[in-house]
Amino acid sequence: MQFFFEVLIGGLLSGVMYSLVALGFVLIFKASGVFNFAQGAMVFFAALSLVGFMEHGAPLWLAFILAFVVMTLFGIATEKFVLRKMVNQPPIALFMATIGLSFFIDGFAPLLWGNEVRALDIGLVDEPIPWILDNWNMVISKFDLFAAGLALALVALLALFFQYTRIGRALRAVADDHQAALSIGIPLQHIWALVWAVAGFVALVAGMLWGSRNGVQFALTFTALKALPVLILGGFTSVPGAIVGGLIIGASEKLAEIYIPPVMAGWFGGNFGGIEGWFPYVMALLFLLVRPEGLFGEKHIDRV
Amino acid sequence: MFYRETGQFKTSYAADQQIFPIRQDRIGIVLLLAFAFLALPLFASNYWFNAILIPFLIFALAALGLNILTGYAGQLSLGSAAFMAVGAYAAYNFQVRVDGMPVLLSFILAGMTAAGVGILFGLPSLRIKGFYLAVATLAAQFFIVWCLTKFPYLSNNSSSGVISVPNVEILGFKFDTPQSRYLLVLTIVSVLALLAKNMVRSTTGRAWMAVRDMDVAAEVIGIRLMRTKLLAFAVSSFYCGVAGALYAFCYLGSVEPDGFSLDLSFKILFMIIVGGVGSILGSFLGAAFILLLPIFLDIALPALSELLGLPFGSATVSHIQLMIFGALIMFFLIVEPHGLARLWQIGKEKLRLWPFPH
Amino acid sequence: MIKKFKQIAIATSVAAACFSAALPSAYAAEEQFFMLPSYRVGPYGANGQSFYGGFIDYLTYVNMKGGMNGVQNAWEECETEYNTAKGVECYERLKSKAKAFPGPIHTMSTGISYALVDKTAADKLPLAMQGYGLTSAVDGSVFPWAFPLVTTYQMQASAIIKFLKDKNGGSLAGKKIVFLYHDSAYGKEPILALEAEGRLNKYELVQIPVAHPGNEQGAQWQRIRQEKPDYVIMWGWGVMNMTAIKTAQKMGFPRDRMIGSWWAGSEEDVIPAGDAAKGYMSATWNVAGKGVPLIADIEKTVYGAGKGNMKDTSKLGTILYNRGVSAAVLSVEALLTAQAKYGKGKAMNAEQVRWGLENLNITEARLKELGATGLLPDVKTSCSNHEGSGKVKMQQWDGSKWTPLTDWIEGNKTLIHPLFQADAAKYAKEKGITPRDCSKEK
Repeated sequence: MQFFFEVLIGGLLSGVMYSLVALGFVLIFKASGVFNFAQGAMVFFAALSLVGFMEHGAPLWLAFILAFVVMTLFGIATEKFVLRKMVNQPPIALFMATIGLSFFIDGFAPLLWGNEVRALDIGLVDEPIPWILDNWNMVISKFDLFAAGLALALVALLALFFQYTRIGRALRAVADDHQAALSIGIPLQHIWALVWAVAGFVALVAGMLWGSRNGVQFALTFTALKALPVLILGGFTSVPGAIVGGLIIGASEKLAEIYIPPVMAGWFGGNFGGIEGWFPYVMALLFLLVRPEGLFGEKHIDRV
Repeated sequence: MFYRETGQFKTSYAADQQIFPIRQDRIGIVLLLAFAFLALPLFASNYWFNAILIPFLIFALAALGLNILTGYAGQLSLGSAAFMAVGAYAAYNFQVRVDGMPVLLSFILAGMTAAGVGILFGLPSLRIKGFYLAVATLAAQFFIVWCLTKFPYLSNNSSSGVISVPNVEILGFKFDTPQSRYLLVLTIVSVLALLAKNMVRSTTGRAWMAVRDMDVAAEVIGIRLMRTKLLAFAVSSFYCGVAGALYAFCYLGSVEPDGFSLDLSFKILFMIIVGGVGSILGSFLGAAFILLLPIFLDIALPALSELLGLPFGSATVSHIQLMIFGALIMFFLIVEPHGLARLWQIGKEKLRLWPFPH
Repeated sequence: MIKKFKQIAIATSVAAACFSAALPSAYAAEEQFFMLPSYRVGPYGANGQSFYGGFIDYLTYVNMKGGMNGVQNAWEECETEYNTAKGVECYERLKSKAKAFPGPIHTMSTGISYALVDKTAADKLPLAMQGYGLTSAVDGSVFPWAFPLVTTYQMQASAIIKFLKDKNGGSLAGKKIVFLYHDSAYGKEPILALEAEGRLNKYELVQIPVAHPGNEQGAQWQRIRQEKPDYVIMWGWGVMNMTAIKTAQKMGFPRDRMIGSWWAGSEEDVIPAGDAAKGYMSATWNVAGKGVPLIADIEKTVYGAGKGNMKDTSKLGTILYNRGVSAAVLSVEALLTAQAKYGKGKAMNAEQVRWGLENLNITEARLKELGATGLLPDVKTSCSNHEGSGKVKMQQWDGSKWTPLTDWIEGNKTLIHPLFQADAAKYAKEKGITPRDCSKEK
């Protein structure tokens, strides 16, 4: 039983890491209806910029700010050169454009900063907390706890930002109805550029945490694959959905990886591990059959 | 002037309903087929057969399959590579396990197996729509590849999961030269493409398009949603499955499950979007574009950097290639979101009047 | 609109002109052409960069020293992004250039080499796979054109077991070993060998696969924590390696009881893991560092003249760089072997190169001549043994560099090689190949 809880807690904590990446998707989808496939590439780009500035001697905080500036500029450029020109296109064309964007970043980021695999030290060691290990014989990582705290803080910050600031309200208005927002004088283009910058910020935080965990390298773009089931489970438009979805996916994926393969091996014989790749997707799929708009998504009503 | 249908009167229903109602189109398609079947085998080099023509046709077939599902029936899918994998492994198993199984029959059975799997993974589409469905098809993508890795039976107990296909032989004729393999692939692809062209004009095709444009409205006018959507999944997966079998038997010769990765699914999706969603011709144009562009960049960029005297390392060139590839995709979407097929259509419109625009 | 068409027409013709300009140009007669379907971008770009950098640097070095009895090396790269279909396209594109006087082909990708095994056999071009690729090609009677030189996954696994056995006073009975592997063809290859070794040495083997890409391994390591194994043998690739090391730290598993394959034992795999990697061990078939005279000489000669391939010279002497050099040494030696038989100072054709690869005999004395003592093991190939060595070293990461722990360890050939032969026989049957009779080869 104690092992079960250890796996569960470990899963919940890694789920938070997935949520962080999923958040970036949600922000952009919410504000502009674009399914931004380049979010994974943005995580990579942000982490690479951070490490790049640190290699040039900047301390972590300064590098973080500089990387944020880079991501903001990138967001503005994306809006200006790609999205603005694609207003009124079908969603699939926009989706496709973001895939093109992700290729562009995959080439551009290493060209700028070099493509070696690098370590990112944010002064936090990924070790079990000795006290819990001694008393309960459970492994809870300091790093994971810190990441979870940071993610929660980020969500709280975003929620406050959306709820109480002028720009936040404008963002919500745009999300509800582009035309209506335009007609009451909200500058759509500025809002989009802004939301890409905010998504860049989220990508930077995700990139920093994932990068210091697994090293800064191209594989950071794969984090997007971990975030997609979180996204469908939580709903494309819900910030809390991304967090709750992440927790559910993280925990169930880890439990499944531990408990399902032995059962399958009992049925068929052989080794059935490594189900983490598809299990979250199948779970999200089954969940969608019950609730097609995700956990917190907006219910869509079809009218003829 | 060259493309004017004035004076071509239809006097029977049959004439009115043929696949290519305009004479110029008929001549064009016959010329194209004649070129592909007769001229190319004489002049193309082995490089063209092995590295460009054969993969082009195979990818075009897979893109066609996806286009039926996404372009005509409106169901976005990111799992085409997995259905190709099903086709490849099924064909292999039919060949290896059944003695004397004709290759063509095993291709068809492979397509049907893929269709069956497609129907299974198409079931959620009855409830889920849009991007939710796209992400859900990823479940098929990962699950199928995992199954092929995990069940040794499927790869005939190869310790690594890699299958190495037997040689293709039909009625004693060995398809061992690039030309012969090309002709085999070309025949299969042409037949299937014509079939698809016919299908999308039929009741089935119209039902698909009705569902794509608005499924609630389609249901209201009496189209059975379940049957229509699942049929689209089945037909689409059949095409992808046959493409996968050809990919293994006529192109690579040996495949591993990981080769049918998400990247391949995306590549096929690019093809239909760049080529034209909801267009048979677009599938071919898109496949050509996505396949040829990187090769072209690969050859042109180093030459260009040498010409301009820029000291680019090999890594830099590779990175720039990737950037240009991404930028071109965005550029195309901005300039012509309906794909290359639309450009062709515009061209035809112009040709109707040219050179006397007034 | 017509104007627009005109523009398109001009653009197309310009493009066509570029295209034709880039088509194969004539090259000098006495050149040996290496086709290099390399990769420098994508998830494994960093690895490809060092490997192919080392490879090309050695070819340049040989050229600067006067070539192979006067025959110069030529080469052309083609970016594959580690993608099989692109690799095949590269092969087909460069094939015509390599037809006359080919150097062995190096793809450094298991997937691409699988796809090329049949094609190279049909086209009669030599394919070299040092430490990757189709391992049953060790049996040269079925695979005359494919050479998994130096060592294979299976022999390496066997050597690791031997190393552990020596470490434990000659017996592994009752020990528990976890095999943590990348869930792909690459990761699955050594399982049969480890099981066979397990029956022989009476250890318990627990297999834990990691789904691609392996950037999250919480569950796997929790299971390892529960199993409490004596050792973890890891077959990882790319991001999976540093994630495994970091997660081992997180779960409190000592790194000095983790042993990686040679794809899990380069600087790229451990540096990103930081201090967590200290004590981690791996197998390797070439040593790191600039201590080897050959590597130092390449730096002096090639980079001194500004002809180096690596932009980042700090990578010189890393495991993968040295591996590239070692691979190139093997190829060049094969060409020299062929020249010794078929005529010195002449470019070798495909059949001659194949003979050279099959009759390679790199002794310690020869390695000393090359200044490569200790860089790679001695290699002696034959028709029935395309591997030629089966030896690896164990090395340990001390936090800043790889230090060799052992001398060359040879895997259990009598146990492992029959596995290859059985596999090759099955392959021959499926493909309808009649194996050569190796006793008749000279």
